[in-house]
Amino acid sequence: MSSIAISGFKTRTIATDRSDSLRPLALAAPLLLLLAFSFGAPIVALLSRAVYEPTIANALPRTVAALRVDSARGVPGEPVFGAFAADLKEAQAAGAIYEFAKTLNTRLPGARSQVLRVARLAGQDRGVTKEAIIKAAPLLGEDQSWSAIRTGTNRFTSFFLLSAFDLRWTDQGTIGAVPAHQAVFTRVFGRTFLIATLVTLATLALAFPLAYVMTNVRPVIAGIVLVLVLLPFWTSILVRTAAWTVILQKYGLLNDLLLWLGVTSERLELMYSRTGLIIAMTHIQLPFTLLPIYSVMRAVQTSQLRAAQSLGARPFTVFRRVYLPQVMPGVLAGCLLTFILCLGYYITPVLIGGASDQLISNFIANYVNVELNWEMAAALSFVLLVSTLGLYVTMTRYLGLDLFKMG
Amino acid sequence: MKLIYRTTLLALASAAIVAQIQPAGAAELTVMATGGEWQSALRKAWFDPFAKKAGIQFNEQEYTGELGKIKAMVETGNVPIDLVTVETSTVLQGCDAGVLIRLDYSKIADRSRFLPGTALDCGVGIDVYGDVLAYDTTVLKEAPTSVLDIFDTKKFPGKRAMRKAPAQNLEWALMADGVPIADVYKVLGTPDGVDRAFKKLDTIKKDIVWWEAGAQPPQLLASKEVVMTTAWNGRIQNAIDKDKRPFAIVWNNQIVEYDMIAIPKGAKNLDLAYKYLAYAAEPEVSAQLGQHIPYGPVMSDATPFVPKDVLPKLPTAPDHMKAYLVGDVEFWGDHGEDLVKRFNAWLAQ
Repeated sequence: MSSIAISGFKTRTIATDRSDSLRPLALAAPLLLLLAFSFGAPIVALLSRAVYEPTIANALPRTVAALRVDSARGVPGEPVFGAFAADLKEAQAAGAIYEFAKTLNTRLPGARSQVLRVARLAGQDRGVTKEAIIKAAPLLGEDQSWSAIRTGTNRFTSFFLLSAFDLRWTDQGTIGAVPAHQAVFTRVFGRTFLIATLVTLATLALAFPLAYVMTNVRPVIAGIVLVLVLLPFWTSILVRTAAWTVILQKYGLLNDLLLWLGVTSERLELMYSRTGLIIAMTHIQLPFTLLPIYSVMRAVQTSQLRAAQSLGARPFTVFRRVYLPQVMPGVLAGCLLTFILCLGYYITPVLIGGASDQLISNFIANYVNVELNWEMAAALSFVLLVSTLGLYVTMTRYLGLDLFKMG
Repeated sequence: MKLIYRTTLLALASAAIVAQIQPAGAAELTVMATGGEWQSALRKAWFDPFAKKAGIQFNEQEYTGELGKIKAMVETGNVPIDLVTVETSTVLQGCDAGVLIRLDYSKIADRSRFLPGTALDCGVGIDVYGDVLAYDTTVLKEAPTSVLDIFDTKKFPGKRAMRKAPAQNLEWALMADGVPIADVYKVLGTPDGVDRAFKKLDTIKKDIVWWEAGAQPPQLLASKEVVMTTAWNGRIQNAIDKDKRPFAIVWNNQIVEYDMIAIPKGAKNLDLAYKYLAYAAEPEVSAQLGQHIPYGPVMSDATPFVPKDVLPKLPTAPDHMKAYLVGDVEFWGDHGEDLVKRFNAWLAQ
């Protein structure tokens, strides 16, 4: 009897445990579903464009089949050209020719108008020869064009992701660097991380002493300082950036002031420069670094510092051994927050940065809005997202920091 | 239960009311343009008069001329605009991507009445503007005589502003390097020609401030941030005429371009949009814009209707057409993406 009762009791506790852990999940389910549908799904759909580009394969079914029986390299024979002409003719009739031409042009600069010319030619009569096609489209007589078309007929492609690292498939079937004059993204990624690092360090240099002062003055004064820090924080980022334009420009407030004080003898070029960009970004990011530091500093008990001092520790030792370890989580959280936000900066580099200060977001925006090459934009976003998440995981794993537990 | 019925009934009733309101407001046309001085000129010259004439409501939106926004509308099947102003190269791009519809010219005007290159498959020209050089007469004692003087840092030292794009700048670079105007696009179509153009731009790279919006060049001149800048002629002319700025325009070696208007795929008021395009193609109407911003008409029969005092300010005035290049849309359709990437790589170096 008693054993049955005990096992019954046990089952009940397990059941209660399970429902205890399920209940919060069930309560959060609507939110999680909303996030998955409105946030997760669109991101996945957009990022999948980085590796899935079916336009070329869809437009060239016959060519794909003909290429399969042709040799693997170089300019193919007559049957492939015949199939190519037939495909283009059909694509033109279906209205798909322009999108195909534009997509091919991304991989094969200059191909757009030549492909359209071949399509017009194919539409006129039936027997279009290889010779006639190459005459209308000289690009199609080159080996490298056909290796571009061959790789393009794969619906799943590594082209855009490789491009994001300034790499490409060479004619020999190996991965190599793109020509130097086309290499841009590795440099821009490097620049993005460099500027994010510099801004993070600058905000830290300002925020740490400020937070320390705020914890050690009278609450009224601390409150006033906090409002002064938060006031710009509540202002739109665009407004703050525009305000910095007024201050930094050649005939602006800062230059006027420096000249009047006699600090400089001629006007500094602060607009459209990296210095100006870092100044403005540091100002915008300051609250993000400051607030986590301030919140942990307030929690440090002064009695511990006094205890350390009374046990004979020098001020620097107290700071290093007692104070710093306690505020470190706040410092790391603030720095990580600022660093990650800096990686995505867009409007400030546009307005204040020079041509060589544009960050990766500016390039993503250009591909989305101007070039209509959403595949390339997706590939760059993917690299940015993965490196940001990687950084976050590394920080939480190895430095024992958890932003979710911070709050 | 009763409450639920009542609420449902109420919801249905209000839906019915909303549905009834909709047709009453149907006689409206929505246009999206690139804003600024130019859009207000379009409004005064064409939008308001057409709205009055057709008895409709003319709504306006603004954007920065980027096709991505229209593509997103078309892909999601929610196109709240009927007309959109675009640059010539954008028309070609939008045509290829299936974002803009192929126009039925029988509903607009005879194609032969348009200036060559202004009646495209997916876009109709609305005005002729010039990419020119502008400077502040109080800053430069000696006047530049050609747009190509922007490459002469010895004679004209100081910062100069150019549009942050390869188009026009590469053409000018080749012209400054001695390529005859007639051969510019032929040379630029070869890898050596592109190298040559970038090499020429290299010589002034450290002195260039880059602008992106059309409103920036007059501001850059006014704040004395630069000594000279490339610009769209209308923005500078309006700064001279309306804001009384001491600016001057250099026309020699200008690049002539056209602004276009197009209909996005899935536009809801297609008939009305066509009616507007037909209206704007009437010679007398086409000539109206020049009074508000000095851009020329694209209708070949409109010139007699342009006011006498406006004519000499237009890019097409005989004095301004001594040496000029017409922007090649097909070339930029082919090489645009590639050259933009190379241009960005060059900027980053």
